[in-house]
Amino acid sequence: MSNDIAILGVGMHPWGKWGKNFSEYGVHAARAALKDAGIPWQDVGFVSGAATMRCGYPGYVAGATFAQALGWQGAQVNTSYAACASGSQALAAAQAKILAGECEVALVVGADTTPKGFLAPAKGYRPEDPDWLRFYLGITNPTYFALYARRRIDLFGDTEEDFARVKIKNSEHGFTNPNARYKKKFTMEDVMNSAMVADPLRLLQICATSDGGAAMIVSSMDYAKRLGKADAVRVAAVSTVTPTFASAVVEMPDIATDSAAAAGVEAHRFRAALPAKAYEQAGIGPEDVNVAEVYDLSSALEMDWYEDLQLCPRGEAAQLVRNGDTKLGGRLPVNPSGGLACFGEAVPAQALAQVCELTWQLRGEAGERQVEGAKVGITANQGLFGHGSSVIVKK
Amino acid sequence: MSDKPVQAAIEGWYTLDTDTPHLIGAKCDDCGTYYFPKNLSFCRNPNCEGETFSEVQLSRTGKIWSYTDACYKPPEPFVAEEPFVPYGIAAVELEKEQMIILGQTVKGVGPKDLKVGQEVELVLEPLHEDDESVKITWKWKPLG
Repeated sequence: MSNDIAILGVGMHPWGKWGKNFSEYGVHAARAALKDAGIPWQDVGFVSGAATMRCGYPGYVAGATFAQALGWQGAQVNTSYAACASGSQALAAAQAKILAGECEVALVVGADTTPKGFLAPAKGYRPEDPDWLRFYLGITNPTYFALYARRRIDLFGDTEEDFARVKIKNSEHGFTNPNARYKKKFTMEDVMNSAMVADPLRLLQICATSDGGAAMIVSSMDYAKRLGKADAVRVAAVSTVTPTFASAVVEMPDIATDSAAAAGVEAHRFRAALPAKAYEQAGIGPEDVNVAEVYDLSSALEMDWYEDLQLCPRGEAAQLVRNGDTKLGGRLPVNPSGGLACFGEAVPAQALAQVCELTWQLRGEAGERQVEGAKVGITANQGLFGHGSSVIVKK
Repeated sequence: MSDKPVQAAIEGWYTLDTDTPHLIGAKCDDCGTYYFPKNLSFCRNPNCEGETFSEVQLSRTGKIWSYTDACYKPPEPFVAEEPFVPYGIAAVELEKEQMIILGQTVKGVGPKDLKVGQEVELVLEPLHEDDESVKITWKWKPLG
């Protein structure tokens, strides 16, 4: 039996710093997705929202906030929060509801309005909260990205120029994307002359935060067939696994890994576990992938993902970048949307934006950023506190 | 250096022995898993049901897993010097405990002085000061 669900429609509100209420972005994206699907709002039986923690109570109950803004119509409602993977968890909830036969059509939507600068923790003296503690000790988000990047340099011989090549590639990809926030083609000189933030990462190699919204209409395959859309792009896997004890890599916001000193305990890499589960669910392997959207919180982190997605052996990602393999027109384009480099992160919308992009790619509707003949796409993303996701879509 | 009294920035997380300070962690009495910050409630090893722990001093030397620096002033609750001076940060692997612990590097030591695999030791240095005292924390210092 197939566990696929159909993606009938996708929509986004462009990323930026618009200063509007987050629900406006979400509703804009939802209406675009409904229009794309060609179905009326009243047909949606389940509204699955991704929460935002920065917009007060309406953000904590985002599913209901969007449902009310679209017009209460009695749908079942859900809100998911899983840091950067919130959108994927909202999608997983819709997938489960549809496959269980409890609804035929669901709206999945996430949107955010973000503050400026560093993301800072709640106030007070609270050393028991790891997110407070690390800021007190002077450890910010770029610290972690820089630790991973430096390790690549010392262990694999990657260079700062390799990281810059990823940024340049993504800036070329996102240049014509109407939903991207940053539309500038950067040169090696631009990147290498930008200010050092956390050695070896410079300002232009670290993603910003943005406002934005993304939505999709998903349905049972039966419903899609009745609508004459049996050939719709499908969601074949949504992996949202936790890490496995003990953690091998120090992850935000922790100041230490687990200890692997006990008998029978091994250290595990969390990032690699996310796509591994997605491949297992979809019954395909990395060799089947034509296009990927990965979480380039830093340009160096994109290269870690190539290896975690098993697109190349560990330590060889720089070679893919140098060959141009992951550029549009290359063997396996990564982040054809422009990625976080061109978007900036809108936390609850970002994992959904990745799926929107892959949907356009697989339909052949991605315009100048089209990956020719793409049939299988995979996303990868990771957030705080053991959250992450990997979604596989296929034609 | 100020002549104010010295106080731990986070009470009970490290010994205040100036020559050979140690981080204070916990060890599960059942399976031997170490914790830092210390966990004294339920063991997080999925194969262990341990609920009793012993406070232990963690190894005070280890090898650099990776390193970086902070070129910009972090937001609160970090208390920055004025003017802000960039500082180094290292993630250090402790062999016996099989874990990695983050910390700043000692003043004057930055990425240019470090390498993955290099041996470092734990020392105490000021994190910041307030009107009453100098708040000290653990930092990593290259050995030799």
